Amino acid sequence: MALVRAHVLICTGTGCTASGAKNVLARFEDELKAKSLDKEVSLVETGCHGFCEGGPLVIIYPEGTFYTRVQPEDVAEIVETHLLKGRIVERLLYKVPLSEEEVPTYEEIPFYKKQHRLVLKNCGHINPDSLEEYIGADGYEGLAKVLLEMTPQQVVEEMKKTGLRGRGGGGFPTGMKWMFCAASPGPKKYVICNADEGDPGAFMDRSLLEGDPHAILEGMAICGYAIGADEGYIYCRAEYPLAIRRLKGAIAQAEEAGLLGENILGTGFNFTLHIKEGAGAFVCGEETALMASIEGKRGMPRPRPPFPAVKGLWEKPSNINNVETFANIPYIFRVGAEKYAELGTEKSKGTKVFALTGKINNTGLAEVPMGITMREIIFEIGGGIIDNKKFKAVQIGGPSGGCLPDSLLDTAIDYDSLIAAGAMMGSGGLVVMDETTCMVDVAKFFLNFTQAESCGKCTPCREGTKRMLEMLTAITEGRGEKGDIEKLEKLAVSIRAGALCALGQTAPNPILSTLRYFRDEYEAHIFDKKCPAGVCTALLDYTITDGCKGCGLCKKVCPVDAISGELKGLHNIDQSKCIKCGACQEKCPFKAIVRA
Amino acid sequence: MAIKSLEDLRKIKAQANQDTEARHNNETQIIIGMGTCGIAAGARNVMTAVLEELQKRNLHNVAVLQTGCIGMCQKEPLLDVVRPGEDRVTYGPVTPTDVPRIIAEHLVNGNVVEDLVVAKISNKA
Repeated sequence: MALVRAHVLICTGTGCTASGAKNVLARFEDELKAKSLDKEVSLVETGCHGFCEGGPLVIIYPEGTFYTRVQPEDVAEIVETHLLKGRIVERLLYKVPLSEEEVPTYEEIPFYKKQHRLVLKNCGHINPDSLEEYIGADGYEGLAKVLLEMTPQQVVEEMKKTGLRGRGGGGFPTGMKWMFCAASPGPKKYVICNADEGDPGAFMDRSLLEGDPHAILEGMAICGYAIGADEGYIYCRAEYPLAIRRLKGAIAQAEEAGLLGENILGTGFNFTLHIKEGAGAFVCGEETALMASIEGKRGMPRPRPPFPAVKGLWEKPSNINNVETFANIPYIFRVGAEKYAELGTEKSKGTKVFALTGKINNTGLAEVPMGITMREIIFEIGGGIIDNKKFKAVQIGGPSGGCLPDSLLDTAIDYDSLIAAGAMMGSGGLVVMDETTCMVDVAKFFLNFTQAESCGKCTPCREGTKRMLEMLTAITEGRGEKGDIEKLEKLAVSIRAGALCALGQTAPNPILSTLRYFRDEYEAHIFDKKCPAGVCTALLDYTITDGCKGCGLCKKVCPVDAISGELKGLHNIDQSKCIKCGACQEKCPFKAIVRA
Repeated sequence: MAIKSLEDLRKIKAQANQDTEARHNNETQIIIGMGTCGIAAGARNVMTAVLEELQKRNLHNVAVLQTGCIGMCQKEPLLDVVRPGEDRVTYGPVTPTDVPRIIAEHLVNGNVVEDLVVAKISNKA
């Protein structure tokens, strides 16, 4: 066997697979064989790099060349030019927008420069189906250190020292959670990983599970040792088939290697893991609903206390953490709490992974230290707004979060500053909106989501979200009345106070935060019957101006025959018939039809 | 493969790092001229010989790279050896039978194989 001189890393995360990575992979296999390079060049499938905008992504080592948007028809050229002749295929390199400057390697791309990758360190750089590669990247060292050198009490104490707060949204100190569960009496306890990532636009947990599954297993095993549990569940939504496949593979490998199962590393510590596939209900991301779902019951929350640390899964003390929280743990125990706590702000330690989506140039995953500003994330890492439009707002924290305007772009991001601004960290979804977004419409979108996902157990959430959605719909359809804003505010505050679980308690946040920062838009909808962003169709009017030459094209294209007029004469739109589809405006060769 | 102790874990780690070493930046390099001229003169066989020799000697942390035509086509196949802190040495024409000697003498022992040298490029430039 000859030495492997080059590695071709192909991202087959969900994002790159969607843009065709599997075909690229197959072509590489064929081309390498055809050129007899298959013995000296190894092909490696990796998880998500986070730079989904540029997918399918291919990295070639030893040069570290970073190719973006690789199509199957590019593969022959890469193999011939790069792998055979050693020249970089420049046309496939990442180009900095505007300057068109080509960037040859990963580290130099502006998207990655400002990032600090602890949790995502392995994602895209190791083969997630290989236990050996994970171990090669310092994997299971944390677990070994914990099992061989520390007592469970020391592990809990160390966790408290890190200041790590739950990455699923609430931001509860993880060390405290572990302490409560460790202190609960009883021989049987459970560790649960909440992988029911449901926020629209959030995919950091999925990428972690797909790109570095062993890190989650290691984090859970460390937690199990700390709280005295010998069994754990990963609750992962069935919509993540690749994540589930990789997790199953990882669990099987770890069991075979003796890193899960009985008598781990000869220390007498036992830990087994199961996967429970969720059916995709948003409310099952709530811890008590999640545990009910694992037990085979209907996924509905119950009042707390008792908290899961006292009475959790099957009434046994349970500790439940989010995927990203567990992914932090191997690193923490490898480097120690003090080093970890150096990163971040006073009250929010470490890093946070954000999923950038919406009207932003670089959609993808960005891991940044706590305390960075929103401006840095959106404009430096995210590359600014698409088509150089004006930034309007950023929605953070999913349906439970809020919309922040440009005046808050320079706020340092941590759990507390976001809550003070009327949003929340949430799981870390960032949806960027430009000037063409209507904020009332955005609030309606999120309410539509929470209303549909409400489990219906408690009245404030079941009835309240429905009424709020009705009012928002009325406002966007021009049926808003004086006093609606006040009614919305009153209802929002009572739902927040009265709902049983976080789904209901946070459902009004999109309304409250848009009312706080974009009240004028609500007023324009209600009093002037206008949508300033031009989104709400019911509030738009299409009219034909004097520029009309009477060609009759608009009349022909109108699906409801709302347009009348003689050939070569000025045409007219009957507003009572018009359905505001905009077909006439698109068709008009003289741009004589205006929308207002 | 069962991991029973920290030593087992470390062993797997070392092996894994060896298997993925092409992904880490290696300062010692062998660079082979793979322009059209180089390939026509037999650079492919030289490349194969290099990979086999490195494997046979279990040499690690050596990056095997290619480069294009440098304009000295009559001396192809050209093979460069770069060792950290030393001059870059270009050998040519190199046949597969020269490869073991270059690797043993230069790469391992640090003695330039003078009779095959075409040029030396100072690393201070």
